[in-house]
Amino acid sequence: MKMKPTVAVHKFSSCDGCQLAFLNAGEALVTLAGLVDIVHFAEAGYLDEEAKVDIAFIEGSVSTPHELERIKTIRENSAMVITIGACATSGGLQALRNMHDKDQWVEGVYALPEYIELLEDSRPISEFVKVDLELWGCPINTRQVVAAVRALLFGVLPVDEHDKVCQECKRQQHVCVMVAKDEPCMGPVTRTGCGAICPSVGRDCYACYGPAELPNTGAMARRLEGLGLTSEAIAQRFLFINNHAEAFREEAIKWQEQGQ
Amino acid sequence: MSQHVFLSHRDSQRLFDALDRAGYQAQAPQPKDGALVFSPIRQASDLPWGQHDTQRPGHYRLSQDDSPRAFAWANGPQALKPQLFAPSEPLWQVARDADGKLRFQACAPKPQKRALIGVRPCDLAALAIHDAHFLGGERDGHYAARREGLLLVAVNCSHPAQTCFCVSTGDGPAAKEDSGYDLLLDELDDGFVIRAGSGAGEQLLAGLALEAATPGQLASAKGQQHQATQGQLRHLPDNMASALPNQMTHPQWDKVAERCLACGNCTAVCPTCFCHSEREQPALDGASSEHLREWDSCFSSGHSYLHGHLVRESGAQRYRQWLMHKLAWWPEQFGRIGCVGCGRCISWCPVGIDISAEAHLLCQGGEA
Repeated sequence: MKMKPTVAVHKFSSCDGCQLAFLNAGEALVTLAGLVDIVHFAEAGYLDEEAKVDIAFIEGSVSTPHELERIKTIRENSAMVITIGACATSGGLQALRNMHDKDQWVEGVYALPEYIELLEDSRPISEFVKVDLELWGCPINTRQVVAAVRALLFGVLPVDEHDKVCQECKRQQHVCVMVAKDEPCMGPVTRTGCGAICPSVGRDCYACYGPAELPNTGAMARRLEGLGLTSEAIAQRFLFINNHAEAFREEAIKWQEQGQ
Repeated sequence: MSQHVFLSHRDSQRLFDALDRAGYQAQAPQPKDGALVFSPIRQASDLPWGQHDTQRPGHYRLSQDDSPRAFAWANGPQALKPQLFAPSEPLWQVARDADGKLRFQACAPKPQKRALIGVRPCDLAALAIHDAHFLGGERDGHYAARREGLLLVAVNCSHPAQTCFCVSTGDGPAAKEDSGYDLLLDELDDGFVIRAGSGAGEQLLAGLALEAATPGQLASAKGQQHQATQGQLRHLPDNMASALPNQMTHPQWDKVAERCLACGNCTAVCPTCFCHSEREQPALDGASSEHLREWDSCFSSGHSYLHGHLVRESGAQRYRQWLMHKLAWWPEQFGRIGCVGCGRCISWCPVGIDISAEAHLLCQGGEA
């Protein structure tokens, strides 16, 4: 009988939320367990961090010297590396510190900052090792994981879902919150995959899936300005979750400089 | 030609009852999330009485006053497109049987008797284009099934929006005789002048046994059609057919691309856009799969991705593809332009790009 592919789920600097895409999968988790051998997944109780695997899912950013060592070992041990979520693909919320004095932040947050050992920046996995596939989102969802695993089991590359949120939003026939309510919706520059959750409840997209393909961030920013957002508020719309993603960071810096 | 009859607002429930008796599930535009969208309706009292729309580039607002009318507005974000060409639907399913063989199964929708109330003349014009696309030549079974049971209660426009330009495309504000409606309404302050445009429409009207419309009512209907024609602010360039095809390298493409988000909202609300993509949605266990058809857009990268090469990489190229297909190349395909002047792409563009203004800029300088 053919051996089942082996899978590891590794955690780096993150909130653990993306791992829930596996744990909250319900019936799909049972099916998945029959299709692959999960050899390391601390949150689910499997511990074998050093195991050689076919697929390593990585949650979290590289923020500490220890994590830098770990990701190199994991890359050596894994045939395929897939990042899951904003932290692993674009540095995450914690990459906000990259633009500030990190020591000041650490002193402000931790009672005993001397125990905190940090790299200068919080960075995505792809800046340290080769990444084979990135699943964007904060957090990612079960559908994305299932689609990626299924494609790999078929021996094909998973589809890179990089269209704009607007496309899915319109397929679901939601009324555009930007046009009908002047909400500062980031859908026109944001990568699809979430299922247009925020507009479906009348809210503006806040770009948690990162930049879409061909994001016209300049036009988006000028529209936000037209809606009355300040330069600082516009910068924050781009920086919030995926601040280390180049397209968003560069646009944000322009508006930050303009605001000063 | 069918006779014009009059149904007072007070008696308008009778039309709903007649549709119900004839087995139709009725839908009409109703306010939802700040716009008028097609929703199921059984009571005339649920029509959008007193609703008005204010539309500008990138802007849509509803307001309500004590107007006695139900159709004192131009349009909402949807035309008939989502009703017939589903935004996302499985075309077929495949599963492995006990012998390991693949079994394919078509998943066509079942025809249903549906009445759509409040269809605009521009929507009828767009429907005719979609009928030609989906039913002419290779017949699309999914579209055909939804089309089959459809009854169209159209309403001539008396309140065009600032974004409307159906006069310049020749598609409104009054519906043409042969535009495919079953019933056509002109709304006056106290009721509807109605005429039938099909056998099904005639039958419905016969059942209502209404009085003939008076000459005064007919004159009022004509008068407001004239007013709606005069009231339109936008139009397409007169020299478009000769000037536009020569503008493939016009500097305006780059200028519009500075503003264009390439989000595809224009194509999604456009009643004539029909581009789609297809993809596989396999079950996790690999034993079955659904083959989905979904609305796509010429603003997506997948639309021009060929053999490892992206044909239209830039926003300028994608916008040009959209506008030129609609306004320059469509006549070759369908014998008319692909725009019916509904103005949706103008209102629902998040940054308010105006196709009519762009067309004028492109056609300036004439036959290059």
